[in-house]
Amino acid sequence: MDTTNLFIVICLLAAAAYVFGRRRAYVSSGGSIQNLHSLPGHYGLYAFILTTLPAVALLMFWSMLAPRVIEALLLTDLPVEIKAWSQEQLGLLLNDVRNSLKGYSVASDNPELIAHLGERYTAMAQTSNWLLWATSLSLCAGGLAWAWRSIRADHPARHRVETVAVSGLIACSLIALLTTIGIVLSVLFESLRFFQHVPVTEFLFGLEWSPQTAIRADQVGSSGAFGAVPLFTGTLLISAIAMLVAVPVGLMSSIYLAEYASQRIRAILKPLLEILAGIPTVVYGFFAALTVAPLIRDAGNWLGLEVASESALAAGLVMGIMIIPFVSSISDDVISAVPRAMREGSYGLGATQSETIRRVIIPAALPGIVGGILLAVSRAIGETMIVVMAAGLAANLTANPLEAVTTVTVQIVTLLVGDQEFDSPKTLAAFALGLTLFIITLILNIIALQIVRRYREQYD
Amino acid sequence: MEQRTVDLMQKRLKRRYAAERRFQWYGKISILIALTFLLLMFINIVGKGHHAFLQTHIRLTVDLESDAFPAETSSTNALYTADYSGLIKKALRKQFPEVTKRGDKRALYQLISPGAGYQLRDRIVAEPALIGQAIELWLTADDDVDMYVKYTPRDMSESESSTQRLSEKQRGWLEQLRSEGRLKTQFNTAFFTAGDSREPELAGIWGALVGSFFTLLVTLCLSFPIGVGAAIYLEEFAPKNKWTDVIEVNVNNLAAVPSIVFGLLGLAVFINFFGVPRSAPIAGGFVLTLMTLPVIIISSRAVLKAVPPSIREAALGIGASKVQMVFSHVVPLALPGMLTGTIIGMGRALGETAPLLMIGMMAFVVDIPAGLFDSSTALPVQIYLWADSPERGFEERTSAAIMVLLAFLVVMNAAAVYLRKRFERKW
Repeated sequence: MDTTNLFIVICLLAAAAYVFGRRRAYVSSGGSIQNLHSLPGHYGLYAFILTTLPAVALLMFWSMLAPRVIEALLLTDLPVEIKAWSQEQLGLLLNDVRNSLKGYSVASDNPELIAHLGERYTAMAQTSNWLLWATSLSLCAGGLAWAWRSIRADHPARHRVETVAVSGLIACSLIALLTTIGIVLSVLFESLRFFQHVPVTEFLFGLEWSPQTAIRADQVGSSGAFGAVPLFTGTLLISAIAMLVAVPVGLMSSIYLAEYASQRIRAILKPLLEILAGIPTVVYGFFAALTVAPLIRDAGNWLGLEVASESALAAGLVMGIMIIPFVSSISDDVISAVPRAMREGSYGLGATQSETIRRVIIPAALPGIVGGILLAVSRAIGETMIVVMAAGLAANLTANPLEAVTTVTVQIVTLLVGDQEFDSPKTLAAFALGLTLFIITLILNIIALQIVRRYREQYD
Repeated sequence: MEQRTVDLMQKRLKRRYAAERRFQWYGKISILIALTFLLLMFINIVGKGHHAFLQTHIRLTVDLESDAFPAETSSTNALYTADYSGLIKKALRKQFPEVTKRGDKRALYQLISPGAGYQLRDRIVAEPALIGQAIELWLTADDDVDMYVKYTPRDMSESESSTQRLSEKQRGWLEQLRSEGRLKTQFNTAFFTAGDSREPELAGIWGALVGSFFTLLVTLCLSFPIGVGAAIYLEEFAPKNKWTDVIEVNVNNLAAVPSIVFGLLGLAVFINFFGVPRSAPIAGGFVLTLMTLPVIIISSRAVLKAVPPSIREAALGIGASKVQMVFSHVVPLALPGMLTGTIIGMGRALGETAPLLMIGMMAFVVDIPAGLFDSSTALPVQIYLWADSPERGFEERTSAAIMVLLAFLVVMNAAAVYLRKRFERKW
């Protein structure tokens, strides 16, 4: 709460600095603005930036680092016997201290120690708070003084302000880059730790997946096998079913919309199809698990087939429907981009419309369509909620669409949801799966985007 | 000879025309398949979900005899100690004096929701003067009763499965209550005002809605300025070199990275490294920010690109600096389009589930979250959790929650379309 107050104080100071900067510039111009290098507002902004930017930066870093520093200090002067504790025990102790400060009940068997540490914690937090107020307010004052000294009629405030603005924009666009780096590093780092427990070759080529590691040595059914091949085949099976639905249906509907439908029908049907892309995947998952899967199971039983209630077919079908708009909207773009001259040449030779489409337009648009399909495949592989809700958990190595299979994404979710110790191979396996998923989709995306881009250039 | 050629040609023409018609039909059928599925899904969800907007209540005469309450009733805390479910059980016994056996009594108590005691408590705390009187009270019925009452008249096949959960006797009591006018279904306010619960009749979506609101608030506050800033830099300032190429390819790729990978990032970086509280809207907001950023950047860049160069040249021509040109002329013209893109991105973030599961926003949370750091769920996660619950009452509530989610998405997309129509400019 105290940092919030500080933030408000800094904001008030900033507003004051803006007014002051303008005023100062006006005074130093001798009453006529023409003498100024920049507009008065620029001087105001200059003072504003000098006053707030360092203080706010400090505030952010401080509130991020202070709890850690305090906890580290707290651990340095513990009784000797506690100092020898392992990292986890110390972590639990700190957790207890934090909980006791929040007024929760504490699990520790040493309440005096916790209370003592809690007191020290509060005291240190208070000191840190005072330090924060003092330093950030003096930073504000320093900035203001700097602005006071430098604002003169010929001071190039606009250049300074604009430099800061552009740097801010650069920082914004770097965040996108940092996200990718963050993904790669976090997933890679945890995966490497996983591969210390399980060799890469076993992970990539092992045929058995049962991530329950044994807690006791004599436990049954907890082999802790991490061979991901059944997951890959399961993912491929479900994605293949999805693509078998999505590609013909999506392609044909985009051809119809682009070539046959009248303007009016197109204006109605196209947005209707795009609704499919806007529905959250959890809704598809619900529909797949509670309506489509039982339907398919009943239909299979009626035909005398053995169908699992979490069959790959149900998940794949619904996922295929979800992907239709991705295929159709990309192929629609691509088909419309085929030059008119090619069409008319074909008609001139006496071809019917469907012959033109099949023999001329589709071959011409093929690279673009393939790119679109690759994007759709990467989408199907990475899709999570539908398979989490409608596909199975057991890793079966099968190509039978009527059986239950599991996928990479399902396993990531089941491994990470719920209580977990963070360093067990079980949790780390999720990151290794995530890394595989990221790499595969990345390759697919890069290829697809490259193909689509080259295709566009071809007809531009 | 000539006649044969003509015949052959005509035959072939016929075949070609037939192929043409078939091809058209393939297209029509494809669209039909997609739209039929959409329609079936909506019918299925609305068909199941509309039941959840009604809830069965049972009217009981509860005797609030003063001995059941502590002598000192001025403070709320003292009132909290009374045995309210005991009072309700007593009222049930009075309603059906013929029930004496222990097992039967237990079956009788099951007609009323376990949460009814709290309803009574809240009523008394609000109006302590009622103590000592006998009041008529509509109490929430148990979910099995609710299913029985709502489904029996409509279709017997469905009722067969649901009534199996109620015994012959329980159904008899219910019919008796019905004939006395002590049974009614009314609008289910709890569904819109309560948090999650293990009992379907007490579970509501308000907690999830508030959680989603906080999460989206964080997402909006971060992703709009950052996304627009990045788009402005890439479109207006960035020199054409390798670095900007890298950023550009990177943004396009991020847009296609599976959402669950963002969840892994959030878990490893935000929660385990920076110590952001687990399950809190702020963590969810951070993750969804990273997910929506590429969407906003790409759409904002398209809008900026559409602003004609003449605007820029005119601004530069009268002596504006580049920054002034961008911020006073280009950005204001592009802002409505950027807002449209942001709303669409927010809509996507609202429906996103998988990354939120990764950062623990699937905890069972009964309380309504009060801030950015409280444990909470989000609406799509709530749907996922309920879809997993075996009770039939949750199935219809899941559908109803989906209806609410879809309604929000429709409103957001309609707003985006309206903005686009209202501010669209043809240059």
